[in-house]
Amino acid sequence: MQQAVSRDVVVGLKQGLHARPADMLAREARKWQSRIELVSKSQRVDGKSILEVLTLAAEEGTRLVVEVAGPDATEALAAIVRLFDSNFHENDETAVDTAGRITTP
Amino acid sequence: MKFSDFVASGAIRSHVDSSTKEGVIREMATALVEAGRIPASDLESIVKAILKREDLGTTGIGRGVAVPHTKHPSVDKLVGTVAVSQEGIDFDSLDGDPVHLFFLLVSPPDQPGQHLRALENISRQLRDDAFCRELKAAKAPADIQHLLEAADNHGMVS
Repeated sequence: MQQAVSRDVVVGLKQGLHARPADMLAREARKWQSRIELVSKSQRVDGKSILEVLTLAAEEGTRLVVEVAGPDATEALAAIVRLFDSNFHENDETAVDTAGRITTP
Repeated sequence: MKFSDFVASGAIRSHVDSSTKEGVIREMATALVEAGRIPASDLESIVKAILKREDLGTTGIGRGVAVPHTKHPSVDKLVGTVAVSQEGIDFDSLDGDPVHLFFLLVSPPDQPGQHLRALENISRQLRDDAFCRELKAAKAPADIQHLLEAADNHGMVS
């Protein structure tokens, strides 16, 4: 049975939707049969491709629509929204402090 | 953002000597030092930070491309360079393929937007198979420079 569902999400990541969260998103999206797309003001991209997701250059606060269509759309949408809600587990972000030391808050 | 906004032309390498992830990262960071874009005194700290970032998850994003990067207080503006490995290097890539094209980025800690726009530019251009193929076939840094300029001039990104 085909379903089509969508939800608004907001990028809560301080660093924006950078390489690692984009990878997590694409990996999660590929687990599902449904077509998963992210829609911004100016473009629509395939959520299963990290390259496509990175072209969004979505900074903190960017509003996106997650559109999912296919046999497992409801579950797939919930999984993708969970990633945004959990901020992609961003707490373990590597950072370097002003003295050049690596810090992992 | 265009390649010319962040790629240090003097640091482009068409034939990396290294055959390991750490080696190629070190080689590219050293090229940035030699081009005068990052201080020699910060080389080790930058290499370490980039490797630490790789430990969190590979930046080998598939299609034979990796984007090793870090934030570092030694730069006040995003700086990057490009390198090509003819043989390909195992980078634990998402698709398991060896990496031939490297885009290394060092960005200031407080400006995530610059980093995002550089990633946007790189990923947008790399969707073009011909661009990837021509970069991999580059024989000299000048060839890479010309390909980057041509990509910039296509006007696909602002």
